[in-house]
Amino acid sequence: MLLRKLIALLVCALVLGLTGTLWAGTLDDVRAKGFVQVGVNGDLFGFGKPDAKGVWKGLDVDTGRAIATAIFGDPSKVKFIPLTAVTRFTALQSGEIDVLCRNATRTLGRETALGLNFAQPNYYDGQGFLIPKSLGVKSAKELDGAAVCVLPGTTTELNVADYFRSNGLKMKPVVIENTAELAKAFFAGRCDCLTSDASQLAGTRAVAPNPDDYIILPEIISKEPLAPAVRHGDDQWYDVVNMTVLALINAEELGITSQNVDEMLKSKDPKVQRFLGVSPGNGKALGLDEKFAYNIIKQVGNYGEIFERNVGKNTPLGIERGLNALWTDGGLMYSPPFK
Amino acid sequence: MAASASPPDTDLSASRFYNDPAKRSLIYQAGVLLMVALLAYYLISNTLANVERQSIATGFGFLEKEASFEIGESLVPYSAADTYARALWVGVLNTLKVSFIGIVLTVLLGTLVGIARLSTNWLVSRMAAVYIEVLQDIPVLLQLFFWYAFFYEMLPSPRQALNPIAGIFLSNRGLMMAVPASHPAWDFMGWALLAAVGLVWLLRRWARKRQARTGQGFPVFWSGVGLLLGLPLLVWLLWGAPTEMDVPHLAGFNFKGGIGISPEFAALLLGLVLYTAAFVAEIVRAGIQSVSKGQTEAAKSLGLRPGLVLNLVVLPQALRVIIPPLTSQMLNLTKNSSLAVAIGYPDFVSVANTTINQTGQAIEGVAMIMIVYLCFSLLTSAFMNWYNKKIALVER
Amino acid sequence: MTVHVIDPAAENLKPPATSVGVVGWMRANLFNGVFNSILTVLTLILLFQTLPPFIKWAFIDAHWLSGDACRGADGACWSVISNNLRFIVFGFYPHPEQWRPLLAMLLLVGLLFYSQNRSRWNKPLAWAWLVGLISMGILLKGGLLGLTAVESTQWGGLPLTLLLSVFGLTAAYPLGVVLALGRQSRMRVVQTLCVIYIELIRGVPLISLLFMSSVVFPLFLPEGVTLNKILRAQVAIILFTAAYIAEVVRGGLQAIPRGQYEAAESMGLNYWQTMRLVILPQALKIVIPPSVSILISAFKDTSLVVIIALFDLLKTTKSVLSDPQWMGFSAEAYIFVAVVYFVCCFFMSNYSRRLEKELDTSL
Repeated sequence: MLLRKLIALLVCALVLGLTGTLWAGTLDDVRAKGFVQVGVNGDLFGFGKPDAKGVWKGLDVDTGRAIATAIFGDPSKVKFIPLTAVTRFTALQSGEIDVLCRNATRTLGRETALGLNFAQPNYYDGQGFLIPKSLGVKSAKELDGAAVCVLPGTTTELNVADYFRSNGLKMKPVVIENTAELAKAFFAGRCDCLTSDASQLAGTRAVAPNPDDYIILPEIISKEPLAPAVRHGDDQWYDVVNMTVLALINAEELGITSQNVDEMLKSKDPKVQRFLGVSPGNGKALGLDEKFAYNIIKQVGNYGEIFERNVGKNTPLGIERGLNALWTDGGLMYSPPFK
Repeated sequence: MAASASPPDTDLSASRFYNDPAKRSLIYQAGVLLMVALLAYYLISNTLANVERQSIATGFGFLEKEASFEIGESLVPYSAADTYARALWVGVLNTLKVSFIGIVLTVLLGTLVGIARLSTNWLVSRMAAVYIEVLQDIPVLLQLFFWYAFFYEMLPSPRQALNPIAGIFLSNRGLMMAVPASHPAWDFMGWALLAAVGLVWLLRRWARKRQARTGQGFPVFWSGVGLLLGLPLLVWLLWGAPTEMDVPHLAGFNFKGGIGISPEFAALLLGLVLYTAAFVAEIVRAGIQSVSKGQTEAAKSLGLRPGLVLNLVVLPQALRVIIPPLTSQMLNLTKNSSLAVAIGYPDFVSVANTTINQTGQAIEGVAMIMIVYLCFSLLTSAFMNWYNKKIALVER
Repeated sequence: MTVHVIDPAAENLKPPATSVGVVGWMRANLFNGVFNSILTVLTLILLFQTLPPFIKWAFIDAHWLSGDACRGADGACWSVISNNLRFIVFGFYPHPEQWRPLLAMLLLVGLLFYSQNRSRWNKPLAWAWLVGLISMGILLKGGLLGLTAVESTQWGGLPLTLLLSVFGLTAAYPLGVVLALGRQSRMRVVQTLCVIYIELIRGVPLISLLFMSSVVFPLFLPEGVTLNKILRAQVAIILFTAAYIAEVVRGGLQAIPRGQYEAAESMGLNYWQTMRLVILPQALKIVIPPSVSILISAFKDTSLVVIIALFDLLKTTKSVLSDPQWMGFSAEAYIFVAVVYFVCCFFMSNYSRRLEKELDTSL
């Protein structure tokens, strides 16, 4: 009898221990938990991938850290959950994660039918093709009849079908549901070209057995604004995520870096004062600490620093700022005023 | 207990209603039904609330929308401009294709290995035992990964394709084979073959009846083979014996012409067949062993030739034992074909998975997967039940 | 009666050399007839063609530890395993804590080995299993007794595979028994519901249930309540396995002669007493061997969680293989995983066969 009671108790404990708690708003919920759950890629070098020691690295990962810093003042209060392309949106819908920073493209369909809200893009991308040099192809228009490696269930899968269709070309898709395994199939020669966002292609090429054997074709066939996403209907949380990304950009606009942020506290510029919380207001409006922007920049860095650290010229990816430069430098990164 | 609680002077006929087993059972059933209904209500209301709150689209309206993704291989014409419904239909056909070919090959290989397992040749029997033991104990998904990796890692690129026999090319894009170039003769040969099948069936019926009437046998097997081969051959000769072949050749990136088997399909088929055949072999062995030796000896002592002993005495009895578990293995193969999604063969689950992801309508997608496989299962069991009854009758 | 005349000289004659010893054995088992002789020769040729090169590849020319020497070498590159063993076996589990899943696995193996002998099946052993399972859970999860908590998102590798299959079967068994009883029940509603459930689950592939657990199940729960991914997969495996167990148990129930039911009834036992004291003890004993087969398939089927991106043994291996340094060594890695699965399943199926024999004589 005791045995049976014990089992019953055990089952109850298991169920209680493993189910989450009811949430009021995501921000309160995150505060109660003590950490942010961020869905990331897990396989994508430069955006979200653990290194050999298991430390998460990447642009999306740092965005997640910035969000944690905005809330807790501590970039380590974050849990990264690797997700596949297929499970990423469900994980967000179901509340398994609080925010999705997994190089997801903002589209109308995802904003509506999937019930998501996308924040400010943290990377403007476009879809391209990676091919082995030995094929001797100079343009994507010459790819008629090619076997194309593509991730299923992504916007790239639709874009490439559109592109081939509109140019009257034929293709044979090879679909594998994992960034790294797709790359593996491509390097093994299962397909003639790999199509994905140009940044991903750079990452894939960087880890190739012989990077010099592969080139990225000049054509960019799509617009891919990659942005963090949250669930519909929680405006406060959306603001926190959105403003965190914008704060990274604003800091770069104002010339504030993790190196000089302490000096900048003494700045006489009212824009800088408001931004860093020297003259209060912004933090309260968001429901965050007045120093949230200071904390982010101090501990994670501004957008430019994050970019250069993860995907910039001195990394194996070696990506130019291009569209991701500040608007003042001819890019698209533009932050509304912080007031 | 209840009995001791009731006062002793109660009239038996007026005993409490819960002492009547029939009524009690009704109450239990109502209780169970209520619980299931409550659970269903709970789940459905939660789902509706969630869908409402997150403004996720619902309904099957998406089926009419343009799919706009390509599918690697298809039995019917398909392009990205077609609807989701058509894309899913392509998936269903691909599942049926791999299941049907898989089942046929599995039964052949399984029977062969099962018989080998019973061989008096020690070496052959041991090899069969090792095959059965090893392949049964390795997850089929792992086997699929292994074969898929084998196809695209070990085999050369199309430009250095292996060419073991003229007209056959083996590369990491799959197996390309030469086929006869299109010519009206081939269509008519197909019809001739179909006609031959019909004729053989009639012949067999007639031979049976004649044997039942007169006791005289008729070589149905050999005459059947003759008909099946002869009739198409005759048609071929009549049409001027076209011999032109459509040989695959390198054009652009890949082979053009001929017919090809993609590495995904080949890996899936190979993995499923090798795995399931190990189980079928055990079933066949058990079936044959279930026929007692006395039966064989009795048949022999009646003067039947070994072939007839097998055909008339052993097989009908063994099949009765073999068919039910064989059916469930066929179903297993069909269900396991859904693992295609892991190696990128566009079967139904794979297409449905992409659909779920592009439309975000997970509930509808998963429901469709379940319904389609349920239909496959029910159809297969219905057919096998019919067949099982048929042999059961023949035996009597 | 025949009279045997024994010739003392014949008594001492030895059988011909061709019918005893190695030669005799070979004549009897390998060359008994033209067809068999041809088969033997063909098989030998086949073995000779394949085995020596395989042994040369797998053992003689193989690299065992060094990572760099592998590229371009002729032999197998087992370094892909040895250099990544910890990740393959334990996944993302924090390095300094990996003794915990190891200890949990040893505990499980120890319990399994101890329980092999049927004479040891008694109440204390049931307790030991309960305590063992709980302590395995505590070891993995931590947060108690000074162990640091390890999130279930970090569980992976072989412990996860074992966890999913062992807990899956343990939880599915009671459910399966209830379903089997329901299917045999005289109450039409209960029977219909059970039949629908069993046939529905058996008619669909496990992967559709796993998809359901990963993409639809979250929508079933009220707002704000979430179950983590591993638990959801575990639920799917339990629901799936229970249907198969129900069918096996039903077979056992049907094998119990009617007389047993009638005898129990005539003794005045009610339904539950009949089942608990008379029928189930006998029926469950009969179905032990097929239950082990179900454990084997459950163990193999857990590999399907790869498809919903749980890091079980197969997924950690695949993850290593997609590392550029180890690309192209799939054969070695998959052979390793296959051996792990094979060893486990082989022991279980051997055990089930032995049990079958033991139970056969005792019935």
